[in-house]
Amino acid sequence: MTMPLLEFRNVDVFYGPIQALRGVSLHINEGETVSLIGANGAGKSTLLMSIFGQPRARNGQIMYRGEEITQKSAHFVASNGIAQSPEGRHVFPDMSVEENLLMGTIPIGTKHVDEDMQHMFELFPRLKERRNQRAMTMSGGEQQMLAIARALMSRPKLLLLDEPSLGLAPIVVKQIFQILRELAQTGMTIFLVEQNANHALRLSDRAYVMVTGEIRMTGSGKELLADPQVREAYLGGH
Amino acid sequence: MDGIFLQQLINGLTLGSVYGLIAIGYTMVYGIIGMINFAHGDVYMVSAYLAAIGLALMSFFGLHSFPVMILGTLIFSVVVTSLYGWAIERIAYKPLRNSTRLAPLISAIGMSLILQNYVQLAQGARQQGVPTLLDGALRLHIGEGFVIITYTKIFIIVASIVGMGLLTYVIQKTTLGRMCRATQQDRKMAQILGINTDRVISYVFIIGAAMAALAGVLITMNYGTFDFYAGFIIGIKAFTAAVLGGIGSLPGAMLGGIILGVSEAQFAGLVNSDYKDVFSFSLLVLILIFRPQGLLGKPHVAKV
Repeated sequence: MTMPLLEFRNVDVFYGPIQALRGVSLHINEGETVSLIGANGAGKSTLLMSIFGQPRARNGQIMYRGEEITQKSAHFVASNGIAQSPEGRHVFPDMSVEENLLMGTIPIGTKHVDEDMQHMFELFPRLKERRNQRAMTMSGGEQQMLAIARALMSRPKLLLLDEPSLGLAPIVVKQIFQILRELAQTGMTIFLVEQNANHALRLSDRAYVMVTGEIRMTGSGKELLADPQVREAYLGGH
Repeated sequence: MDGIFLQQLINGLTLGSVYGLIAIGYTMVYGIIGMINFAHGDVYMVSAYLAAIGLALMSFFGLHSFPVMILGTLIFSVVVTSLYGWAIERIAYKPLRNSTRLAPLISAIGMSLILQNYVQLAQGARQQGVPTLLDGALRLHIGEGFVIITYTKIFIIVASIVGMGLLTYVIQKTTLGRMCRATQQDRKMAQILGINTDRVISYVFIIGAAMAALAGVLITMNYGTFDFYAGFIIGIKAFTAAVLGGIGSLPGAMLGGIILGVSEAQFAGLVNSDYKDVFSFSLLVLILIFRPQGLLGKPHVAKV
């Protein structure tokens, strides 16, 4: 078996006395698109943020390319090729689109910046139109695109996406998933956290289902889409 | 009347540009970690002593030409004061990063007292002085009266503009500046993007101290005297300037400094110079009541 790119081994995470993750084990292989689905408050975002040590795992190990990163600082993790488009987008409100994209290049420097920015403008033409506009003045969908593009600017080995469809119009969600599909086809490793199980499972090679801080189910995207329990709980019974 | 007004305008611009330089330290630190660094005025005071030491060193080595002396003194004072700024943050604020908001504030007041007493012990409680470096003045006749602009004042205004311009360039156009702004706008996200925010915070303290040191050298050139307590009043004035301009805003700090300096000088010239401090702090009270976000500050908006 080849070594997974990212692996959780029995990870427990607490917020004070409250346990948010319970013995979570999962792995993501290079080139895969893996999604994590689950209801609001299941601990999905906590899991993604714990990769950056925010909050830090109390027990268990988080391995990245065979090296333990459980106790590493957020900027160390980012500098080694993991990029995240976080829940709530977190674009820098007072910076222009271009400046936000420049912030994505911190881990690799500005050597490829012109080429990569051009590439982002091809992927997200809306960003090109708004390149000098301040991020806070843009719509939610545009901010989401900016957050994803900013993450891509570091040429990540692993792209983490937290709820890219949250609060967006269905047509924008469709656009964003189309772009994610294109990215996946280029061989990018993607770990996607979503409540929108339908879109997420269709996109993914494999998926995990999380309930109250535990991984309850795992399988290929297709298997989970067909699973009656998953359909009942996350796909509105259709 | 016209003469007095113009004279006080020049004096005010000189004083105001120095307030602005010191206000930069308050506003940048507040912007990035949300605390008022009450030791900042004393960092300025330390830089004034360092300016005197720098000048003494220069003449010890037999360097007496003005450009060499002022440049050497500036570099010496800025570098050593920056070290102070960096060390203060590491010792007194960084260990309190995740505690209550009040803790670093109290630590800052403690730091302020430590610096004052340390300088008093090391340098003595008496007022210190340096000789005038730049003699001469421009004398402009305006109608009946005249205005005297000393070369020192011109130098102060020019040096302040250069310092502020340089800093604005760094903050707006360089990677370091973008990292500072990113950390200010969303520290957690900055970390996730690979920015070592602890280091960025250190840089901000270094920049603030460097600007205070520039102010320290310039004021020492103008007034020639200072003591271990010199940082207190001017520190609070600069803080007023930062609040006036909008705390957290860099152009606000510069603008606030100029406005405070000019209006204070006009009050002193036209009304009563004994009450100029009362005037400045009354201004602070009025701003806090009627426009708490300052001239260029933004009203606080909850982050979504």
